[in-house]
Amino acid sequence: MKLLLKNGRVVDPASGVDETLDLLIEEGKVARVGRRIDEHGAKTIDLSGLVVAPGFIDMHVHLREPGQEWKETVATGTAAAAAGGFTGVACMANTIPVNDSRSVTELITTQAAEYGSVPVYPIGAVTKGLKGEELAEMEDMREAGARAFSDDGKPVHSSLTMRKALEYSRIFDLPIIDHCEDTVLVDGGVMNEGEISTRLGLRGWPGVAEDVMVQRDILLSDYTGGHVHIAHISTARAVDFVRRGKRQKVRVTCEVTPHHFALDETAVGQYDTDAKMNPPLRAKRDMKAMVKGMVDGTIDAIATDHAPHHCDEKCVEFSAAPFGVIGLETAVPVTLDRLVNKGKITLGRMIEMFTTGPAGILRLDKGTLREGADADVTVLDLNRRTTIEPEAFRSKSRNTPFRGWELRGAPVMTIVAGNIVHDAR
Amino acid sequence: MRLRSPHLLGIDGMQADEIELILDTAESLEEIGTREIKKVPTLRGKTVVNFFVEPSTRTRSSFELAEKRLSADTINFSASSSSFVKGETLLDTARNLESMAPDFIVIRHSQAGGPHFLARHTACSIINAGDGPHEHPTQALLDAYTIRKHKGTLKGLRVAIVGDILNSRVARSNLFLLTRMGAKVTLCGPPTLIPLGIRQCGAEVTHDVDQAVAGADVVMTLRIQLERMRSPAFPTNREYAKLYGINRDRVALAAPDAIVMHPGPMNRGVEITGDVADGNRSVILEQVTNGVAVRMAVLYLLAGEIGREAAA
Repeated sequence: MKLLLKNGRVVDPASGVDETLDLLIEEGKVARVGRRIDEHGAKTIDLSGLVVAPGFIDMHVHLREPGQEWKETVATGTAAAAAGGFTGVACMANTIPVNDSRSVTELITTQAAEYGSVPVYPIGAVTKGLKGEELAEMEDMREAGARAFSDDGKPVHSSLTMRKALEYSRIFDLPIIDHCEDTVLVDGGVMNEGEISTRLGLRGWPGVAEDVMVQRDILLSDYTGGHVHIAHISTARAVDFVRRGKRQKVRVTCEVTPHHFALDETAVGQYDTDAKMNPPLRAKRDMKAMVKGMVDGTIDAIATDHAPHHCDEKCVEFSAAPFGVIGLETAVPVTLDRLVNKGKITLGRMIEMFTTGPAGILRLDKGTLREGADADVTVLDLNRRTTIEPEAFRSKSRNTPFRGWELRGAPVMTIVAGNIVHDAR
Repeated sequence: MRLRSPHLLGIDGMQADEIELILDTAESLEEIGTREIKKVPTLRGKTVVNFFVEPSTRTRSSFELAEKRLSADTINFSASSSSFVKGETLLDTARNLESMAPDFIVIRHSQAGGPHFLARHTACSIINAGDGPHEHPTQALLDAYTIRKHKGTLKGLRVAIVGDILNSRVARSNLFLLTRMGAKVTLCGPPTLIPLGIRQCGAEVTHDVDQAVAGADVVMTLRIQLERMRSPAFPTNREYAKLYGINRDRVALAAPDAIVMHPGPMNRGVEITGDVADGNRSVILEQVTNGVAVRMAVLYLLAGEIGREAAA
């Protein structure tokens, strides 16, 4: 099967391309990129006026399978990914049972092969049972398909365990992803600490509890030579720590979520549990620091931290509600509207953070449309106007803070290995 | 003049004229409590559910008395006796209560925002009787009523609030109310019990109690809420009392006609000494008395709003 994408604006930062070109796909690979390609027998699609980008990768999602299938499954989560413009997702290990062994990793890859709309890259646990004590069998999980290791949802609290994890990961050179939260210091906090938490009488989650862990991880990475990746960075100071770490050649990378650059703590409003996540929405100055970090390259990737929860679980008192919001079907429109169309970052920079950024961190040979590359493609319409309607989501859950947002720019087509998995042109 | 909302969820966001209306109405209703037959038919046929998810003696009895003096029918639910302990969610509990068609739900909840949640999910009028460390609006109203009785006005007064500000809904509601009415509020306590960002809410902050109390017209002390602290905020009660306890010497620094208040329950010898609590500056029991009239006023005014909504 051959597929010919004609007249699209091909934006492929990895090869320095940004011009109107045709793209021929054969047997799941990019066969040719060039002007006026004509190919007999190819299915031809005219993409005039649209952007053709390498397939987007979301390196931080929770698919909830196994164990919490009422929130999400591999099937529904990857369907949401395809609809949101993603050609691959990396799923976190805090399933039930925890993905801390080969058998669970294989269950996820088997489900993905059978029911997945897009490829799934499992992230194995750093420690057995996410308990933060003994290292899990990382090599065995790597062999089964794991692309990184993380106790996400929880930090690796013990500095000794973190040191060992970073050292051990050097055997196969995959990153340790840390959810940076000094939970003792957070002390039950549920929203960013400051005037608003005080006004609402909610326990504050101080940004410094993230900062100390980010700085600790950078120090340990420097000491051990292991690659540490900071999940969902949210404070100005943490971004600054990463910036300085990179300048000193420490092997540190980080990601930001759309909710942390598009929303601040005021979104909590009158106890809206769809604005409750971990880390919490921060102050305006932190939001600005996220944009600066994306522009100067401190922030490597945009990831959703897609965290589905059932309505029944979210429809409770704010303090009792679980942390987390979904993002697979809103990330690209929110980023296009809030950052690219507002001129805060370039389209090329955005595409990097959705492609080469995460691919590099997960050591995936993806993220470009060079000839011979996997034919994973995300097609964008920079002017498509959409309204976020959670009822129309492919995800099983509805817990989004972007409900009702009117946005300009959207993903309109998703191609995985030459197959069209989503088409909303 | 009327209230702008069918609920009383908090003082934050209320306008000065609404607060004044409640205080004026309380003044005209106070007399009922001195009659031989302490009852008027104002809320006859109205149903009030007192839903107390957290323990309370003073507030609950005060509300119940206010409801009875206005001839409302009242039902009491408490956390220990309700299906709440059987794992029913607040949403289901609320829907079940609502099915019995009450006009008011008076709610005391351990979590901030509990009353706001009920207001979103039920059709009846919600009165916040204290939600976690967030707000306790009727307490602030009865405190304001008590202060106004003694001082004639709230405007320009200097009020010192001393104690566990971090965990106190009374401190928050009083801060919002008193600053809205033009008083100057100084909060005082150890830095570990002063929440971040409280200055932006309009408070002056000091950690020196003598400085806080000096020249104050009102000295309000707050209970140390050990039940809300996940980790100790000061070394010992002894040291706390030494640093922040309100005693005779400290009251002497306040204005000559200053009054001393406490929302109760008191820890004698910790945040306040017995001689001050029982002394001639203390209005602590008056606060309790005034609570009934203020809560009658709130019920009365909100009942008017319910009628208006139904007619609209």
